[in-house]
Amino acid sequence: MMEEKLAQSVGSWFRDAIGIAAVERLSGGASQETWRFDIVHPEGNVGAILRRAPKGYGAAPSRAAGLNAEAKLMQLAFDAGLPSPRVLHVLTTEDDLGTGFIMQRVDGETIARKILREQEFADARARLTHQLGRVLAGIHGLPDAQLPELRRMTAAKELDELERDYRSLNWPKPVFELALRWLRDNDPGPSTEVTLVHGDFRNGNLVIDRDGVRAVLDWELAHIGDPMEDLGWVCVNSWRFGEIDKPVGGFGSREELFAGYEAAGRRVYPTRVTFWEVIGTLRWGLMCGGMMQRFREGPDHSMERAMIGRRASETEIDLLRLLAARGN
Amino acid sequence: MQDEPTLIELTKAVADFLRNEITPIISGHNAFKLRVAINILDLATRQLTLGTDSDREELERLTNLLGMKGTLMELNRVLAERIAKGELDLRTSGLAAHLWQTTMEKLAVDQPNYASYKRELARDKDA
Repeated sequence: MMEEKLAQSVGSWFRDAIGIAAVERLSGGASQETWRFDIVHPEGNVGAILRRAPKGYGAAPSRAAGLNAEAKLMQLAFDAGLPSPRVLHVLTTEDDLGTGFIMQRVDGETIARKILREQEFADARARLTHQLGRVLAGIHGLPDAQLPELRRMTAAKELDELERDYRSLNWPKPVFELALRWLRDNDPGPSTEVTLVHGDFRNGNLVIDRDGVRAVLDWELAHIGDPMEDLGWVCVNSWRFGEIDKPVGGFGSREELFAGYEAAGRRVYPTRVTFWEVIGTLRWGLMCGGMMQRFREGPDHSMERAMIGRRASETEIDLLRLLAARGN
Repeated sequence: MQDEPTLIELTKAVADFLRNEITPIISGHNAFKLRVAINILDLATRQLTLGTDSDREELERLTNLLGMKGTLMELNRVLAERIAKGELDLRTSGLAAHLWQTTMEKLAVDQPNYASYKRELARDKDA
């Protein structure tokens, strides 16, 4: 039934489309689905991706920008010449498919371990860090006036949310407590620059091929805030997948990232980047704890979720390495 | 006192059965789930092996650091509160060492292959 509606929708806006094929559900929970399919066309098939929230699942979690905003941001990025999928269609009520959008599929790899280790990506790895800096500068430079309505965040607000999340776990973690205290004591204050922030710019959300980054995905956590947040988040150790001496996603150094960012005409504030890296590390640790809680309370009683709870300690050692480093 | 085999031996026997006999005959999403299941049993084995000693030592350190007695949970709560209030910080003698030791012992059970842990473990061995 979903396939019929999808085929009908595609027929209504994709010129000369004959139909759809190879429809496959990729991932996602009950509230948000990702589907992969091909648009069959006499001049050659077009790979496509549908992201949607089925009807009855319209309300997004409080942090989420919402699918319509995601589509808008992706299209803005694409129009600005940034690596981004082209948005083909935003779902309407006539489509009867819920809310969401359809985008062109971008070929490449998102699995970090492959990108970091396979020979095929050796050239890409050498230039990625600088490239990521430029891409981030491009995202942060997208014109304010064209942005959709987004949540406004500051470091202080983020800290309040993290502290609330931590307290609600009701599980004493002295290292998290130390990090919270450090963050309160080292809050650099409101940022002089306030821009669009991607919010989840990291390994896993980047499509990469042998030439480098092809697309930035998953704008779900986009918001308005301190642009240095994205630079800090991409450096969180959890996204280095073992390449711990290369802070930027296991690819390269902060200096290369900063150089790429500044080459695109924007300014880096390194102490703010460090601050956001600490916040990011703590945030991922709390997300691990949150998944443990959801496992316990029932909605997702899977082994995978349970096991993620036992990854919070990874962020504890990373926080100690950041805040209480032992001598060399 | 319960009879033998020990919990460690029993858990390990199940993990080894799944690893050696079932892994070769399973595929797709269930192969992924099986890997997670084996990881859980391995973690449980590590905790059963290492947890008693590390808990006892942690309790001893906490008792000294805080100057009071209690269960592990109670003392960890007190430690967390004192850090939150700023009564204890990294300048407090023994705090950093305690947090490092406790965290290393967690990783030894949870994620012994985590790169940061392996790096810090090598440092301990060099020292």
